[in-house]
Amino acid sequence: MKTNDISRDRKQYLNSKRNKKILTVIVQVLILVIFLTLWEVLARLNVIDKFLMSMPSQIIKTTVDLYKSGELFLHLKTTLYETLLGFLIATSLGTIIALILWWSEFLRKVLEPYIVVLNSLPKIALGPIIIVWFGAGTKSIVFMAILITIIVTIITMLNGFLSIEQGKILLMRSLGASKIQMLYKLVLPASLGTFISCLKINVGMAWIGSIMGEYLVSKQGIGYLIVYGGQVFRLDLVMASTVILCVLAGLMYLGVSILEKLLIKNK
Amino acid sequence: MDEILKLNKVSLTYQSDNAETKAIKDLSFSVKETEFVSIIGPSGCGKTTVLSLIAGLLNPTDGNILYKGEDISKTNDNIGYMLQRDELFSWRNIEKNVLLPLEIKKINTKENRENALFLIEKYGLKDFVKSYPNQLSGGMRQRVALIRTLAPRPDLLLLDEPFSALDSQTRLKVNGDVYSIIRSENKTAILVTHDIAEAISLSDKIIVLSKRPATVYKEHVLDFDKNLPPIKRREDKKFSQLFETLWRELNDEN
Repeated sequence: MKTNDISRDRKQYLNSKRNKKILTVIVQVLILVIFLTLWEVLARLNVIDKFLMSMPSQIIKTTVDLYKSGELFLHLKTTLYETLLGFLIATSLGTIIALILWWSEFLRKVLEPYIVVLNSLPKIALGPIIIVWFGAGTKSIVFMAILITIIVTIITMLNGFLSIEQGKILLMRSLGASKIQMLYKLVLPASLGTFISCLKINVGMAWIGSIMGEYLVSKQGIGYLIVYGGQVFRLDLVMASTVILCVLAGLMYLGVSILEKLLIKNK
Repeated sequence: MDEILKLNKVSLTYQSDNAETKAIKDLSFSVKETEFVSIIGPSGCGKTTVLSLIAGLLNPTDGNILYKGEDISKTNDNIGYMLQRDELFSWRNIEKNVLLPLEIKKINTKENRENALFLIEKYGLKDFVKSYPNQLSGGMRQRVALIRTLAPRPDLLLLDEPFSALDSQTRLKVNGDVYSIIRSENKTAILVTHDIAEAISLSDKIIVLSKRPATVYKEHVLDFDKNLPPIKRREDKKFSQLFETLWRELNDEN
């Protein structure tokens, strides 16, 4: 559409909408800049304790040092591997279990109390058992990530499968659809939206799992850096690791969002 | 005309946690080929249940249902069921929605596909073949739902208040559309409705059901000119007479 095709009111509306968007971003950036500047200045003026609070320039320096020593990628790789593996296994396995529970009403009824209890149980309580079973290493951490993610996946996906409109099920039944056809032609495609929101939840869950696992047992990884930094009172290391974690989690969420756009485009 | 469907003293009893409910009792009627039959009755009398029985989604507790002389025990491929709402799948385009029954029934042959596409074209949806349901109006969606029902070439159509979700303006229009489509395809149809005027304007025969347990209360054979479109029937003086009779019968039963 050419600009002169647009009425004045429409132009005004679009402009004000764009301005609001720009303003939002400006304020968002401003908050971050003010916060970081204040932090840096107050720390340098010794108003706040540098030792306890660290400061932005120190955090950057620590990150750069980690990068130069080659440690950054080692830790990054370790945690990313654990998180992604936990995420993928939990999501696929959880979805498959949800499908089995959808398929068999009997099994669903039987297992319901177990799932409820498992969901309420703080998974960290199982830490010692996991270490004994899987050893003090990556396996335990991945297992922790899976454990935390899988229950939520099962519950979310099963609810999605079960909430498909009765009318659509009736339509399929009136066409004489088998249960397999019901699954492929109706239940799976209708649950795509649920699956995407489940992926988004799982990004957060998998990170909780892998970092918690690293708190329990690890020799490397971002979680390890945080625990180590805390133990030796190197708050700059703790803060730097946390920032890196923020960036990674954000990137992973972005990945899921892109996947969502692609899938919905194909729809 | 031959009899295509016959219900013989059909009864149905529901079991639920609280009680045993007799929904239908000794229901008998028959439908001739290419006949348009409407079933009306007091609300909650089990009109939809009658269709579910004919579609084979439910089995009668007693009695039997014969389709061309044979017992209907499971979903019969010669019967097409059109539900209250269009139930189009939002992730499938119009063409794919219409082809769904062919995929389910595993009769997705070139010939059947072409027939379905021909129907889409014939009934004015050609430009929307690749559109998605949310891009269509309510009336158009209902037309797509009808074509989807027709795609596997059923002889008998079961229509369960297929117009109830539409606004009154669209409803009259779709009424006419559906009527002319069913007529021109030479199909037999059983319509369940609570709208007396709709029943009169579309049907060759109207069956009035009693309240629960439902059984046939009255049967009316209509003698309107076959070429009169539904909307014109409403102007006929026979229309208002019949309307009054049916209205009284329904109220007697309530």
